Amino acid sequence: MSLFFAILFYAASAILVAGLAAKIVGFARTPAPLNIPTTPAPTTPAGVVFRMFREVVFFESLFKGNLWIWAMGAMFHFGLALVLVRHLRYFTEPVWTWVAIAQPFGMYAGFLMAAGLAGLWARRFLVERIRYISTASDHLMLALLLVIALTGLGMKFLMHTDIVAVKAFFLGLMRFDIQSLPVHVGLYIHLFCVAALMIVFPFSKLLHAPGVFFSPTRNQADNPREVRHLAPWAAQLEKN
Amino acid sequence: MAGPEIKAPAFREFPTVPKIQPDSMAHLKCYVASEKIQGELGFPGKLADNWQETHDAVIKRMGELLEKYRSLRVFMDACVHCGSCTDKCHFFIGTGDPKNMPVARQELLRSVYRRYFTPAGKMFPALVGARDLTREVLDEWYNYFWQCTECRRCSVFCPYGIDTAEVTMAARELLDIAGYGQKYSNEIIGKVHRVGNNLGLPGPALIDTLTGLEEDVKDDTGCDVRYPVDEKGAEVLLVTPSADFFAEPHIDSTIGYGKVFHAAGISWTFSSKASEAGNFGLFIGNYEQMRKIALRVREAALELGVKRIVVGECGHAWRAAYAFWNTLTGIGAGANDPFAVELQKQLDPRYKQPSHICEVTWDLIQQGRLKFDKEANDHRIITFHDSCNVARGSRMGDYPGGQFDIPRNIIRAVANKFVDMAPETIGEKTFCCGGGGGVLNDELIELRVKGALPRMEALKRVVDDHGVNFMALICAICKAQFTKVVPYYGFKSGMIGGVHQLVSTAIKLGNEQ
Ligand code: SF4
Ligand code: SF4
Repeated sequence: MSLFFAILFYAASAILVAGLAAKIVGFARTPAPLNIPTTPAPTTPAGVVFRMFREVVFFESLFKGNLWIWAMGAMFHFGLALVLVRHLRYFTEPVWTWVAIAQPFGMYAGFLMAAGLAGLWARRFLVERIRYISTASDHLMLALLLVIALTGLGMKFLMHTDIVAVKAFFLGLMRFDIQSLPVHVGLYIHLFCVAALMIVFPFSKLLHAPGVFFSPTRNQADNPREVRHLAPWAAQLEKN
Repeated sequence: MAGPEIKAPAFREFPTVPKIQPDSMAHLKCYVASEKIQGELGFPGKLADNWQETHDAVIKRMGELLEKYRSLRVFMDACVHCGSCTDKCHFFIGTGDPKNMPVARQELLRSVYRRYFTPAGKMFPALVGARDLTREVLDEWYNYFWQCTECRRCSVFCPYGIDTAEVTMAARELLDIAGYGQKYSNEIIGKVHRVGNNLGLPGPALIDTLTGLEEDVKDDTGCDVRYPVDEKGAEVLLVTPSADFFAEPHIDSTIGYGKVFHAAGISWTFSSKASEAGNFGLFIGNYEQMRKIALRVREAALELGVKRIVVGECGHAWRAAYAFWNTLTGIGAGANDPFAVELQKQLDPRYKQPSHICEVTWDLIQQGRLKFDKEANDHRIITFHDSCNVARGSRMGDYPGGQFDIPRNIIRAVANKFVDMAPETIGEKTFCCGGGGGVLNDELIELRVKGALPRMEALKRVVDDHGVNFMALICAICKAQFTKVVPYYGFKSGMIGGVHQLVSTAIKLGNEQ
């Protein structure tokens, strides 16, 4: 089992990194030929950074759009962020101080995350128009995340596993020195789903995470009269 | 027009999200462009007899667009189906057709994108909602991408700024490439190339109309206000939507533009070559057409030797001018091809190039160069409709949101009675008139009436509560759409008019002081 998970995580990491890199390069390489920020938009690069910060950290546009989705989306994402921070302790030795400080918050964040996910999923069944736009993969993605959250919480509160051994396993992975993983069904499910998520990430709607930074309606400054935007392919047109 | 009578949807007591009614708008389809119309723009005349040929051409072009437009590429990947946009489109609100939900509209294209351009769609089409491009899919695109006004309201509320207008434009480009163009828009683009404006008004007719207008204004005011065409050496070139030359109530704003320049003592001219500010290249998402249409303005400015370029009351024209002219033609700062360099030398750097007529008027008001008799507008209780392309696509003045303040400032400067509609229906959240983006044709009148519902509800509120009897606008398409549609909702067409119509009513022309 340890070997299986070791191979799985190497493969998942490789796919995640390579897949994401390919996507990001694709986004970055594609020119934005026209200035299309959704106004009222900042007129300076510094303003753009501030707008993007508000989008990424506070989900500003979603807040304007729908309070329910915003609340559940925020619960899930903030929960996830804290949980991820908490999990850093499995990959660092000695554990960084700020990670140590975040530990208790990370614990309850797991509940926040699960509740947010459950709410988001419920919408997909209960709200007619959201049901209409949901695909099988939307459900699958929520299922994966929810299973990860629930098995994680389960290991914390119901059936403990030997986290010292888990940590040794992951530290070992990072040194290409495969240690044995504790025998624990909850842990297996948890890790398997995490790896699955890493693998589908670059091929799914999870691309919204890097995508948001490349969205021209949000990352462009509103200064077309002062600064000329010209894509290379458009510049070619000027030659004839 | 013959056919069943269109009924406006009932006003809702509390604006609620409609129940979805699948395919309730599937019957509605614009006329398809003829081979001749298509040919003039360099698109295939009609769908190929062999479907495979069309299929391959469309998929190939889709690949090219994905390489050319970051917006499309990111928007195809980033949507999480969160649903924030689902109840934001006036067409969904008015029709209940779920394919008029912005995300569902995008999905019509995205499903095909996934099938041909993503591993998941290639391997597990059913799982991720991917589908082959079939003739039925193409028809569906034609239906629903011509039921979008590219108003961008959905993009305000999307956490990733996904702009359905960009997706719509890409889809329309694909339809054109397939030989499946829309008659209304493509015919107009043909006219702008052939005659110089969207309405096909030739130079002599234009001069004739404007001479008549000078006489009317003289009769009315006793002043020699001029409406010149092709006057070399004028300071300002005014480019306005051609509806402003004769349609009601558009012409009243034209009268206003002339009076403003007259009162301020600024020489100006129209151009018979660029007698159109509208740029329908935007609606069909075709960069080359958009550029070609915009270049006429640069040529006219160079020929006439003007120092400033000003755009009249038109929403998408202002977006094209403000946001795209610099990129497309070098009107603005920073371009370095020979024509643009010459133009930079010629244009006066103290002014924003191009400027909106509202920026010009507001500047003059602030400098104290215009005087008004505000009481002349006292018979009007005025509200203001923010037009989509101005509100969400372009700006005025030099700070974010200037496009909301400047027209309102002008109205307050020329009239005593002004009230805004509900805050969630104005500014960046403004509701589309229901007629923009190339859907202002007779075939789609049912869609236009239904799509106007949210705006009509907000209007009704201020009519009932404040006695509003005038809705001021700065968009030619909004004016045409509203004058046609408001009677369905029990209002009078005469309550629609331009901001410069209000200016025109109140302005003092100098000789009466
Ligand atoms: S751009 Fe406007 S018309 Fe088109 S989907 Fe979005 S809200 Fe609807
Ligand atoms: S708001 Fe944006 S991410 Fe959400 S469903 Fe609409 S387009 Fe997709």
